[in-house]
Amino acid sequence: MRVRLRVNGAERQVDVEPRVTLLDALREVIGLTGTKKGCDRGECGACTVHVNGRRIDACMTLAVMHEGDEITTIEGLDHPVQRAFLEHDAFQCGFCTPGQLMSAAACLAEGHTGSDAEIREWMSGNTCRCAAYPHIVAAVREVAGRA
Amino acid sequence: MRDVGYLRVGDTAEALTAAARPGARLIAGGTELVNLLKERIEQPDLLVDISRLPLTDITVGPDGLHLGALARMSDVAAHPEVRSGYPAIAQALELSASPQLRNMATMGGNLMQRTRCPYFRADHDLPCNKRRPGSGCSAIDGDHRAAAIFGASESCVATHPSDLAVALVALDAQVRTTARTLPARDLHRLPGDQPHRDTVLDHGEMILGIDVPVSPPSAYLKVRERGSYEFALVSVAVAAETSGGVIRTARAALGGVAPKPWPLDVDLAGVPLRRDELRAAIAPAFAAARPLPGSEFKIELAQRAVVRALTKPIGLMGET
Repeated sequence: MRVRLRVNGAERQVDVEPRVTLLDALREVIGLTGTKKGCDRGECGACTVHVNGRRIDACMTLAVMHEGDEITTIEGLDHPVQRAFLEHDAFQCGFCTPGQLMSAAACLAEGHTGSDAEIREWMSGNTCRCAAYPHIVAAVREVAGRA
Repeated sequence: MRDVGYLRVGDTAEALTAAARPGARLIAGGTELVNLLKERIEQPDLLVDISRLPLTDITVGPDGLHLGALARMSDVAAHPEVRSGYPAIAQALELSASPQLRNMATMGGNLMQRTRCPYFRADHDLPCNKRRPGSGCSAIDGDHRAAAIFGASESCVATHPSDLAVALVALDAQVRTTARTLPARDLHRLPGDQPHRDTVLDHGEMILGIDVPVSPPSAYLKVRERGSYEFALVSVAVAAETSGGVIRTARAALGGVAPKPWPLDVDLAGVPLRRDELRAAIAPAFAAARPLPGSEFKIELAQRAVVRALTKPIGLMGET
């Protein structure tokens, strides 16, 4: 099936079988491999992208359902939290980092940053096997203006 | 690999026609069906995409709260009047899943989600009567820490995972479908010898919305093994009017303890909001509990949760 997506501001036409996830379409068809496949079942958040401005898990939705949708991936993100992750050493292996950044940018936009506990709760959809959580919280806290 | 069709429908009539076809499955948020497709638990011939139907309303009026079947969990939980007037619903939603999944998942889909029993969800096809009727139940003699203590059968001991459904039962909500309106407490069914059927809905029947009457103060308490992003071991939703430290009316439902939200059918009118009196008042409801050895702890845990939910103001977060 042919589906028309807008990915990072550019029109992309992809031809996919209905069961192909948005994640696989981004990575395997369009070639944007910054979005990571971790668990592939909505548990780890490594595949977090923004669809029409909201963060979602790209592994849990089908590409064909996103005709005309505005999709932002890590390749299209330009947000101060990216620099804050560098400054706070908010990663080790880096595999979860694209998803953490997409989620962090959304968490900040949503305003769920009133306390460290609130940041942890609203970043809980992104797991980090290196357990860089304290530094991730510090990075988000700084951008929220509570450094 | 078998082929699967895809149809994006533009209105409810078109959805109904498509959904009635054998092998058709509705898809909206995708957060449940996509997993079931990957595990081959569901192998539909046709995916009917209802995600763009105009059923996303969240309205609060003098007669109560109305939620469209396709309202997103995050939107309902964030709605100021849901948070103030129906806090058990906002709390149940916000204590579910993750922010990303709540941005995707819908009201109707949440009610239609299937059990988290590890044997039902197993990567390899293990005996599970819910997944493959007649194949047996691996949980009864296996890992059944999460098993039901009420309403289970020899065929199935799985619990229903929805937090929202528990809140809706405590708030005496109604579920509107394309065929009928029914109380939320009657939507899910007990397994009996047909555990593959989770709800009373027929093939092709679609949830259109949820109606919640004006509610007394309410709260949702979820007890789980980690502080966030986890299903309940036990949970409780309460809606109660009190005066002078005594319950005037109360309705409560339990989650994580049965194949469906389990109404706590005891009369709490006149009971003081003190631990010992509450424990004595709710104890009769637990006489019917039939746990497995590994799930016995839920009897005590659930009773403590009920007392705590009734006696302690519950914040939206951090209460686990």
